[in-house]
Amino acid sequence: MLIRVTDAPLSAEEAAWAVASPAAGAVNIFLGVVRNTNRGRAVSHLVYDAYPSMAEKEMRAIAEEATARFGLEGCAVLHRTGRLEIGETSLVVAVSCGHRRESYEAGLWIVNEVKRRVPVWKKEVWEDGEEWIEGPESLGMQQAPASMRP
Amino acid sequence: MLLFASLAERAGTRRLEVPVGEGETVRDIRDRVVARFPQLAPAVPTLMYALNEEYAREDAAVAAGSTLALIPPVSGG
Repeated sequence: MLIRVTDAPLSAEEAAWAVASPAAGAVNIFLGVVRNTNRGRAVSHLVYDAYPSMAEKEMRAIAEEATARFGLEGCAVLHRTGRLEIGETSLVVAVSCGHRRESYEAGLWIVNEVKRRVPVWKKEVWEDGEEWIEGPESLGMQQAPASMRP
Repeated sequence: MLLFASLAERAGTRRLEVPVGEGETVRDIRDRVVARFPQLAPAVPTLMYALNEEYAREDAAVAAGSTLALIPPVSGG
C-alpha cells in the first residue's frame, strides 16, 4: 500500500508499480488533474493546503476499507499540495485486483471518499481574485455527511 | 490548535497554543479561539474538528497536550 501527501510532482508510473501483483488481472489508475475552468470561470492555478499527517491517516483508512470491500491486491493513494498549474496532477489513485469491474468500482469509490473526508483544501486563483473552495462540490454536497458533523 | 486554508488566512497563523482547563470540550476551546479571532466566526457553522488526527465531535473532552484542528469543509481531489 502506497500512501503519500507531498508537495512534489506525482508519478502515475510509481503508483502503477506500487500496486503490481501476480494475482492482479487489472490495474486501474485515476489521475485528478487541474482544469482551466470551474463554474464557468477561468482558473489560473490552484493552491492546495492539507493537514498532512491526518490526511495520510485518512487515505490509509480509505485504502484499507477499499481493499476489504473490493478484494484489492494493491492500492496507492497520492495527493499533492502547494501550487499546481493547469494540467498538473493533484491526485493519483491506483488499484489492482483480479478483474476489471472491481478495479473501476474501487477506483471511483476511493476518489469519492478522498473528496469526502481527507483534510485537504483547494484554493482557486483567477486572473482577478481567489477563493478557498469549501466542500466537495462534485459530490453534490456543500457539507460532509451528518455522521461526520459535530 | 491547528488552522488550515481559509481559517489560517483569516487568523494570520496556522498554529496556536491554547491553555486547556479541566473538563473542557472542543466547543469550549473553539469558542475561546473565536473570541480572540472574531474573523473566524462566520466559518463556525460548517466546521468539523479533529482531535489528535481523528474526527471529533464538539462535545469531546480535550486533554492538555492534545492537538485540536479546525477542519473547514474539505475540497481535495
